[in-house]
Amino acid sequence: MSAPALVVAAWLLLIGLYGVVTSRHLVHLIVCLSVAQASTYVLLLAVGFREGAKAPIFGDIPASSPVVDPVVQALTLTDIVVQASVSALLLALAIQARKRFGTVDPNRIGELRG
Amino acid sequence: MDLAALAIAVPLLAAAGLVGLRPLLPRWGAQVLGVAAAAAVAVLCSIVLVRARDETLVYWLGGWRPRGGVAIGIGFEIDQFGAGAAVLAALLAVGAVVFSLRYVGETDDLFEALMLVFLAGMVGFSFSGDLFTLFVFFELTLISAFVLCGYQIERRAPLEGSLNFAVVNSVGGFLFLFGIGLVYGRTGALNLAQIGRVLDGEPADALVAVAFGLIVCALLIKAAIVPFHFWLADAYAVARTPVCILLAGVMSELGLYAVGRIYWSAFSGAFTGAEGELRAILVAAGVVTAVLGALMALAQTHLKRLLAFVTVSYLGLMLAGVGLLTAEGLAGAALFAVGDGFLKAALFVGVGVVQHRFGHVDVGPLHGRGRALTVTAVLFAVSSFAVASLPPFGSFLGKTLLEHGATSAGYGWLVPVFVGVSALCGAALLRAWARVFAGLGEPAEEPRTIESSGEEAGREGDEPPGRRPWTMLLPLAAFIVAGLAAGVWPGLADGTVAAAERFVDHRSYAVSALGGSAGPPRAAIPSGVPHWYDWLYSAISLGGAVLVAWVTLQGRRPARPLRRPLSVLRAAHSGHPGDYVAFVVAGTAILGGLFTLLLT
Amino acid sequence: MSPAARSGLFLVSAAGLAVLLGLALGGLPGFDGPLGDTAKLIATHAVAQRKASNVVIDVAFDYRALDTLGEEFMVFVAAVGAVVLLRTTRDERDEAGSAELEARRPPETSDLLRLLGTVLAPLTVVLGVYVVSHGQLSPGGGFQGGVVVAAAVVVVYVAGQHVAVPRGGPIELTEVVESAGAAGFAIVGVGGLIFAAAFFENFIDPGSQGSLLSGGTIPLANVAVGLEVAGALVLVLVELLDQVIFRRGGGK
Repeated sequence: MSAPALVVAAWLLLIGLYGVVTSRHLVHLIVCLSVAQASTYVLLLAVGFREGAKAPIFGDIPASSPVVDPVVQALTLTDIVVQASVSALLLALAIQARKRFGTVDPNRIGELRG
Repeated sequence: MDLAALAIAVPLLAAAGLVGLRPLLPRWGAQVLGVAAAAAVAVLCSIVLVRARDETLVYWLGGWRPRGGVAIGIGFEIDQFGAGAAVLAALLAVGAVVFSLRYVGETDDLFEALMLVFLAGMVGFSFSGDLFTLFVFFELTLISAFVLCGYQIERRAPLEGSLNFAVVNSVGGFLFLFGIGLVYGRTGALNLAQIGRVLDGEPADALVAVAFGLIVCALLIKAAIVPFHFWLADAYAVARTPVCILLAGVMSELGLYAVGRIYWSAFSGAFTGAEGELRAILVAAGVVTAVLGALMALAQTHLKRLLAFVTVSYLGLMLAGVGLLTAEGLAGAALFAVGDGFLKAALFVGVGVVQHRFGHVDVGPLHGRGRALTVTAVLFAVSSFAVASLPPFGSFLGKTLLEHGATSAGYGWLVPVFVGVSALCGAALLRAWARVFAGLGEPAEEPRTIESSGEEAGREGDEPPGRRPWTMLLPLAAFIVAGLAAGVWPGLADGTVAAAERFVDHRSYAVSALGGSAGPPRAAIPSGVPHWYDWLYSAISLGGAVLVAWVTLQGRRPARPLRRPLSVLRAAHSGHPGDYVAFVVAGTAILGGLFTLLLT
Repeated sequence: MSPAARSGLFLVSAAGLAVLLGLALGGLPGFDGPLGDTAKLIATHAVAQRKASNVVIDVAFDYRALDTLGEEFMVFVAAVGAVVLLRTTRDERDEAGSAELEARRPPETSDLLRLLGTVLAPLTVVLGVYVVSHGQLSPGGGFQGGVVVAAAVVVVYVAGQHVAVPRGGPIELTEVVESAGAAGFAIVGVGGLIFAAAFFENFIDPGSQGSLLSGGTIPLANVAVGLEVAGALVLVLVELLDQVIFRRGGGK
């Protein structure tokens, strides 16, 4: 029953990595990193999900009702923030790359060899 | 162990203060705050280290103690290796901040703030006993490091180096997370000791092997093991010296520490019976890295890239030590990391002084000009020899422990590898020294790497080069002294082996964290190093280094049979992030596949 | 490596990796098992102990507060990094000169868009503050609310008014706000050290469930994080938008 979610997670990881490897535009590369990172969100949430359980907010539900795993949700939150921070900085680098190299194609940026 | 928590809170608060109070704080005030915060962390971590000597310190954050053997909060599990790594990081940070005191520029408060956050990340990483906390501090370290690498954003090379660093290590981050998700799905726990207890029960299956593989690959990216190492040379080549000090001295070594910690606390129970196979895999990866790093180092003319490849090579040796999966191998790797960390930092400072004075970092333009810097020349030479395992420095002691550990584990063939690799790396360093500081050898042909576009490496500071200031020479000397101390401190070898015995004992680790009972602790065998033949190995290493340096100084092209493979190797280090990620995926598939096939 | 070689290497490795992932994911328990030990304990025990309704926030700010500290400082580094990585160099500043003033004129937008922006921006800020302060009661919290507040900047930009960024004014204010938030969270942790036994230990009376001030230190932590994230993201957005305007004037 959990197979579709897990397949999605694996697929996102692989397709995101494919995008990173074959990218011809830095912004595209950065977005592909986000896609690959999204695979971890899906995995974590899938690991925590339970059939028939409710969200772990006890405002209106009785304290003893079954809930999904709150720990993975907190982990996913942290994960999203991490990705946002790294993406923001990578995008800043992409802007600077356009200024310094005149291009955002990773194939044509090249100072560091050997 | 509130001091441990303070050791993380203090640098973070100082960093926030440096940024928030920027309009109010005069330049010297910010500098004092930076040095003071780093020094405070060093003091706090040293106290923690002293207290960790008797028993592993356990500290539950938020006061959440485990109930019935189940951890609900985050725990620090601080043993001597973790505390030692934190002390190393803090001492290097103090040196780095002192070195950077001469920098002038409007954003340099931000530089110090970032260095403090970097330090906090590494300290948190060393203390953590929780898998997800390891990930968070891993990412914190990464993000501050890559901003620091790209600091001189006006030039093209830092941009590229920083980009490659960030992209490759981000991929590592999600491999790590994927592994964490798998482990959590199986064990329902994030605390390393608790994971270890759950996995201890059953033999490993594909999920455990793949999860372990993903996590190890993420950490090996940080530890720059082949084929995950490509980003490191690019990053080190462009970062300012204070950043290189921390990167080379401790950040990558922490990756290996984490591999050891995660293996021993969480996975060793699951993989009992498969140790021989795991040993073979890890040692092989270490040896390949060591040899490849040494060869690439010999081919470099850019001083920082050369040092980067020497670092990669030595990280390979350390992985071989850790991969032996014995206490002695682990102890050797740890001691080697400490001694070598200080000496590598000293070498980077030496290069930094040269760069500050002459504005170049490639051997070509620098040929013979280093003769003017006598003190630096002498200290650089001493460090180079020490790195090639000159007794009685810490790197010598560490290497002898490694060699002993290898022989006792039945991997005696590693000894000539260790000797050969240190000879080659030493040769690369000595040759560079000879060219820059003594003017020997032919002036090199046009530099082929970063400076080939005509851009200077750039000065370290924004002021005109003058006489070298004492704030730069002081860390250089201090690091060499520290490297020496790591070699001659009484009882260090035996103490490290005893600590390693405690490190590998995962049952008592779990007991100290979660309660319960375990068998009697393992007795530590005194190591009795160094023996007479260790001096002999060292002599061979040093002699070999001098010989190879001399030979390669004369002719500039490598021997005919080596030329083709060497050029293929160099071409692989293309500077293209897509290439690097492709290698990472390949390496992960190979390592993961090996783990699944051989360890289940 | 040539692009073809690179793709080839990747595709082969990815096939291998896909097999490994398949094997590993197959070993995961399905959706019908019980919760893991840690999660079970926390889920049953959090409300009783901390009187906070939103267990996820409880986990993030209480049980696993150290992770949140690290994560918060990552946002801090992102903001500092944006300032560092996007700073203009001396040559650029000379080149820009008067062209910059020209370029700062925002793109023309319709009146309706401007009206919507004027209405939505303050609403967004209010929504953000609500989400931050009610984090412990309903889905939300410091991070989510902070992002919503920062989104108000984007709303203003899209509606056609370039957010003014002279140095030495608003920039520094956002830096101060952001650092105050970051430090604030760390201080809550230290407060745990001082007033209770451990770093990040909850040292304020939990209050009663459902009220705005329930959860002890959690509301404080929420506010600190909200401030920090809002400040940091505003800083990052402003730096990035500044670049766009600048480029549009200078390069194109």
